[in-house]
Amino acid sequence: MRLEVDICKTLRSGDRSFVLEASFSSQDDLTVIFGASGSGKSLTIQAIAGLVRPDRGRIVVGGDSLFDNSQGIDLPTRERKIGYLFQDYALFPHLTVRENIAYPLKKTWYFTLLPRQQHRVEEIMAAFEITHLAESFPSELSGGQRQRVALARALIKKPSILLLDEPFSALDSMLRHRMRMELLEIRHKFAVPLVVITHDPADVEVFADTLVVFENGGVKEVSRRTQQPESALANIWRQKVCWRAKWEEEQALAE
Amino acid sequence: MAEGCYQNLFPAKKIMPDLSPLWLTLRIACFATLIAFGFAVAFAWIIARFSFWGRDLLDAILTLPLVMPPTVLGYYLIVLWGRNGWLGGWLNEHFGITLMFTWQGAVLAATVVAFPLLFKSARAAFEGVDTEYEKAARILGDNEMQVFFRITLPLAARGLVAGTMLAFARAMGDFGATLMVAGNIEGRTQTVAMAVFDAVQVGDYRLANTLVAIMSVVCVTILVLTNKLAARRQGGTR
Repeated sequence: MRLEVDICKTLRSGDRSFVLEASFSSQDDLTVIFGASGSGKSLTIQAIAGLVRPDRGRIVVGGDSLFDNSQGIDLPTRERKIGYLFQDYALFPHLTVRENIAYPLKKTWYFTLLPRQQHRVEEIMAAFEITHLAESFPSELSGGQRQRVALARALIKKPSILLLDEPFSALDSMLRHRMRMELLEIRHKFAVPLVVITHDPADVEVFADTLVVFENGGVKEVSRRTQQPESALANIWRQKVCWRAKWEEEQALAE
Repeated sequence: MAEGCYQNLFPAKKIMPDLSPLWLTLRIACFATLIAFGFAVAFAWIIARFSFWGRDLLDAILTLPLVMPPTVLGYYLIVLWGRNGWLGGWLNEHFGITLMFTWQGAVLAATVVAFPLLFKSARAAFEGVDTEYEKAARILGDNEMQVFFRITLPLAARGLVAGTMLAFARAMGDFGATLMVAGNIEGRTQTVAMAVFDAVQVGDYRLANTLVAIMSVVCVTILVLTNKLAARRQGGTR
C-alpha cells in the first residue's frame, strides 16, 4: 500500500495562523503518525479524507490521486473510498447499532436493505461480536463496544485505507491494550491498510511499520521498522516518542 | 348556512356561540406555520453552518419581528405587500391578486410574526448538531442533500418541533399585524383574537369566555408539549 502526502495548508483564526507543511510517504500497511497536540497530524488525515482542502500539493492512496492541485484533482469526500474512525467514534445517536453499520449501504430513509446487504451487515456484526447489540442505541454502549461498532461501520464498504484518529484515547488503559490487539486482528482479517494518528508511544510500538513524526506543523522524521534490527528497535522507538527519553537526551547534551 | 339552521331551530337564543373565528384562526395558523417553517429552516441552516459577511446583520433582521410592535410590523407589510406596495403592486399588476383584507393576508401577517420563533429555535437546533456526525456521513458516502436529510434534520428534529409549536401558538394569537393587513371582517378575516376584542367591546361575555377558554387550553397544551420536547436532550435515545 502506497500512501503519499505532500500538502500545504494555512489556517487563520484572528491574528493567529497555523501553517501545515506535511510531506511523507509510506509503503507499509501499518503507518503511525505521531506527534503532540497541535502538531498538524489531525489536519493531515482530515486532508487525506477530504474533510479539509489543502491549499496546494497532492495526496495519493494506493496509486489513486485523491488530491492534486497541479492537475485540478480534488475528489469529494464521499468518493474517496476511505474508512475513518473518529476520536469519539461519531456513531449516529438517532440510529441503532444495526442502522449505523448499514448506513453506508443504503442511501435513503425508506429503502430497506437488499437480502445481500442484510447478510453483509449480519456477517460484519458477527465478525465484531456485536450481534447482540444490534438494536441498541450508541448511548447504551460501553467504550469498547462503541469502537467495535464504529470499526464495523467504517469497514463494511471495504475502504482502500482506514484512518484512525487517536483511536484509543477515549478508552481506559486496560481496554486500550485489548483494543490494540483487536485492531491488529481486524487489520489481518480485513486486509486493510491502517494509518493511526496518536500521541501515545505504546501505539507506535504496536502499529508503526512506518513511523511519521510530526512537529510544529511539519514532518520531523520518517522511519521504517524493517530498517532497524529488531533488538535495537524498542530502544530507538522509545527515544523517538518518549518524552522521558528525550528529556534525558537533552540533559546529557547539556552536560 | 349552518348559522341559519340554528336560528330557525332556536330562534330565541343560539345555544352555541359562533366558533367560525376559531376555524379561521386554525387555518391561518396552519398555513403560516408551514410557510414560516420552510423559510426558517433554510435561513437557520445557512446561518448555522456557514460563516459569511453580514451574517449577524441578517440574523438581526430575521429576528426583528420578535421585538417590533405588531402594528409597526403590519405597517411594513402594507408598505411591501399593499396594493401599491413594492411586492403587492407587482402581484396586483401581473396576477390581479391583492393580499390586503383577505385571509391570505392574515396568513402573511401571522407568518411574519411567527417566523423568528421558528428561526431562533431552528438555528439553535442546527448549531446543537455536532458537525462531526455530518463529516462521518460524508465519509460514509453521503452527498450534502443526504447529509442534511439523514443526519442534520433528524438530529435537530426536537428543536425544530418545539420551535414549530411555539410559532403555531404565536401565529394563532396575533392581533396587531393581522389587523393592519387583513382587517377585522366578520366571517372573512376575523380571527379569535379579534373576535374576543369585539365580543368584549359589545359586552358578549359568553362568546368571549368560550373563545378565551379554548385558546387558553390550546396554548397551554402547546407550551407543555414544547417544554417536554426541549427538556429532553438533543439526539439522545429514542
